[in-house]
Amino acid sequence: MNSAGLVTASYIAATVLFILALGGLSNQETARRGNWYGIVGMAIALVATILGVVTQHYTLLFIALLIGGSVGLVLARRVQMTQMPELVAILHSLVGLAAVLVGFANFMDHSTVLHGAEATIHDIETYLGVLIGAVTFSGSVIAFGKLSGRIGGKPLTLPARHWLNLGLLLGSIWFGIEFVEQSAAGGGTWPLLLMTLIALAFGVHMVMAIGGADMPVVVSMLNSYSGWAASATGFMLSNDLLIVTGALVGSSGAILSYIMCRAMNRKFLAVIAGGFGTGGGTTASGGEVEGEVVPIQPEETAELLANAKEVMIVPGYGMAVAQAQHTVYEITKMLRGKGVNVRFGIHPVAGRMPGHMNVLLAEARVPYDIVFEMDEVNEDFPDIDVSVVIGANDIVNPDAQEKPDSPIAGMPVLEVWKGGTTIVLKRSMATGYAGVGNPLFYKENTRMLFGDAKDSLDAVLKTL
Amino acid sequence: MKIGVPRESYPGERRVATTPDVASQLMNLGYRVIVQSGAGSEANFSDAAYRAAGCEIVASTRDIYEQCDIVLKVRAPEGEELGVLRSGQTLISFVWPAQNPELLETLTARGVTALAMDSVPRISRAQKMDALSSMANIAGYRAVVEAAQHFGRFFTGQITAAGKIPPAKVLVIGAGVAGLAAIGAAKSMGAIVRAFDTRPEVKEQVESMDAEFLMLDFEEDEDGSGEGGYAKVMSKEFIEAEMALFAEQAKDVDIIITTALIPGKPAPRLITAEMVESMKDGSVVVDLAAEQGGNCELTEPGQVAMKEGVTLIGYTDLPSRLAAQSSQLYGTNLRHLLTDMTPEKDGELVVDMEDEAVRGATICIGGETTWPPPAPKLSAAPKAPPPTPAPVAEPEEEKKSVGGPLIAMALGGLALFGMGAVAPPSFMAHFTVFVLACFVGYMVIWNVTPALHTPLMSVTNAISSIIVIGALLQISSGSSLIMWIAGFTVLITSINIAGGFAVTRRMLEMFRK
Repeated sequence: MNSAGLVTASYIAATVLFILALGGLSNQETARRGNWYGIVGMAIALVATILGVVTQHYTLLFIALLIGGSVGLVLARRVQMTQMPELVAILHSLVGLAAVLVGFANFMDHSTVLHGAEATIHDIETYLGVLIGAVTFSGSVIAFGKLSGRIGGKPLTLPARHWLNLGLLLGSIWFGIEFVEQSAAGGGTWPLLLMTLIALAFGVHMVMAIGGADMPVVVSMLNSYSGWAASATGFMLSNDLLIVTGALVGSSGAILSYIMCRAMNRKFLAVIAGGFGTGGGTTASGGEVEGEVVPIQPEETAELLANAKEVMIVPGYGMAVAQAQHTVYEITKMLRGKGVNVRFGIHPVAGRMPGHMNVLLAEARVPYDIVFEMDEVNEDFPDIDVSVVIGANDIVNPDAQEKPDSPIAGMPVLEVWKGGTTIVLKRSMATGYAGVGNPLFYKENTRMLFGDAKDSLDAVLKTL
Repeated sequence: MKIGVPRESYPGERRVATTPDVASQLMNLGYRVIVQSGAGSEANFSDAAYRAAGCEIVASTRDIYEQCDIVLKVRAPEGEELGVLRSGQTLISFVWPAQNPELLETLTARGVTALAMDSVPRISRAQKMDALSSMANIAGYRAVVEAAQHFGRFFTGQITAAGKIPPAKVLVIGAGVAGLAAIGAAKSMGAIVRAFDTRPEVKEQVESMDAEFLMLDFEEDEDGSGEGGYAKVMSKEFIEAEMALFAEQAKDVDIIITTALIPGKPAPRLITAEMVESMKDGSVVVDLAAEQGGNCELTEPGQVAMKEGVTLIGYTDLPSRLAAQSSQLYGTNLRHLLTDMTPEKDGELVVDMEDEAVRGATICIGGETTWPPPAPKLSAAPKAPPPTPAPVAEPEEEKKSVGGPLIAMALGGLALFGMGAVAPPSFMAHFTVFVLACFVGYMVIWNVTPALHTPLMSVTNAISSIIVIGALLQISSGSSLIMWIAGFTVLITSINIAGGFAVTRRMLEMFRK
């Protein structure tokens, strides 16, 4: 039997299944099937490789698979839905680490000897695979730290950090040239190691410089990187399955990052360069907002909600922090039972990860056909009687439309202020991640319900 | 501190300064609330309801004044109440110091700290304690109800088997808070509503309530908005044009509701005896300015009069006729004021004369008259529109966007050719696959609904652990170092595979219709 041919055939099947998996995730009806396609594809690829390529050390292989698999399953079962961003980030780091390790192992393996341009290209591939892997690894670890609160969310802006980045880049290019030269002579370990350190430092620095509000972009960008790392490894190993899968993941992550950036009206490079509004250009004043905030009690909130016909709930990261999604749904259920049309308006960058709010609401069993995207509901706000903003700030800031010199000017926002009454649940009057004041809070038809979102909503629910 | 709520002594006054709801909120601020027995009975709040809210009930007004540090009232104290007020006590009620100079003198002489709810400045910060607006809102609503009571027909038009009923036509003069409330109430009863006001900026508000705003045929652009969002006295020519409009409207409409007031001046005479005469029999005029002399020449303050076949309603106590509602709103206004004056929520009242709202309301303190207050800084009326921001330099960007893709494509093409020239064929084959896969990914992902972004990321993350293949290729290596590295790689990637797929599954299970 032609085992190489069979392996290739299985790889083609796996590739097709992966594409179907991604395609299946495009809507809720087919998403579960899509996930199964992915699982089957992965299983085919694994089985084909183990049967067709692996010749010894089966014990080690199976023990590793078993331990890894069970750790993964336990993690997946234990994780809280609010911790999803952290989990995704730490899983990305594993892919990055794997890319680095495979690259090093491949470098140390001298069983196949290449010559001339092929050798050069192979070295460059190895080098790139390790580089991207290392950046993904350290970047994801830092992102994990930031998302789980182990590292502060504030962007770290070192002086001359753009020069520092440029220096790191030039350094890795120089080591790359060194590596290719020395590798041809049989050496090259040191340049590769040093470059790995540089890449690790670069990953750390890059994510440290990115603020909390840009986290969705970072997470999807790291997702993209982990794909590119797999792809580079595929080139190194001349394995088309790796190349294709890596490219699929890479482009998917890149598109997500692009969507996130568009949702914040920010340039991708500006996000990567880090900080907020500090990347040169206009340093607009935060804008002192004048006026009076009108606080409201949970009882009055309940009354407003009960008497409304159209209610729009706009959740933000604050809802995730307070774990208020279940209470939100209880309220929704009760109001819908009374004939109030309750809907959810989700901003693309609400939360810390693309689609974060949707997952939380799904966890609380909110049916997805009452959860809408910003573009679907923004025109409806004039007809909304009561909007409830739960722990969100910048995504409902009218300044984005009204003040051309605001740091968030041009960012698409949910136009809650056009509705009847807006109730904003917040712990304090602190600004959002963009660090700009929000004139919404001072609007005449805005009421502030201060306190922990869950406690406040529980009180509202009780009154209802 | 103790807050006392006596029964209103003014004859016919049904309101009470605090409802049981408000009382319990005041207790949250750290106060004790003492209510005179029967204080809320006219407004349908029983002693039992107050007691249930945690209030103490005392029998006499005297008890309240003797025991309490703060007295909340609707109408200003009079007669024997004034005699029991003591130095250091705080009184919060309507006072109307301009109309009642002797009362102000007495309060000052007794060393009382008096806050007049009618003197709360009209700044946006103080809107929540603006009792005048609350009361005006109720008066406007009640005015329509009173008119309907005396009007012999439907408000709404109907076509019935017994014939066609034309809708009633209502003219509201003065579109302030009361006027707008009247417009809303009349409109919701089905009447055709017209409104007039000397301040052009209210046109939008009137039209937003689906009423018709009557424009004056007047050349000069005269703006009737005075300080603090109130109206001011207009020029003679303007008034003449205005009167001509009213005379013409009087013949047409069935109900006129006048709410025109100018602060510190008697109410302007807008509806003359001739106009009333020209109205159809059975028409109704409700004069909300009756207390200040009336907008209509024939109004008798406090009375309902029939003249020339027209019912003239001159009640001066419209809010009191909706006692439960007005008590609740007035009580809430008081509560907002007290909340601002109790910064520590410890039941200790702080009269902060730096606070513009408190300063405006305080008419005397520690034996000194502090009325009138300095003029408020902000007007409730909109200022001139801000200058339109200078257009941002957009043309440049457009130019870039035309050239950008072309240059990028040209560069990309060149780079591709450069690579093809040096790279070995095997690499180019892989590269073809790579580029095609990127495009497939692009096409597939573009359709993903944003709601599924998180599952998408976790599934792509699981898929990207296909890198395990790399480790599998190496694990059979002869070198034990490579074997161990590969083994470890398999371990971590399999965490990723199992974790990624399992968590995606868990998430997708939760999405339901």
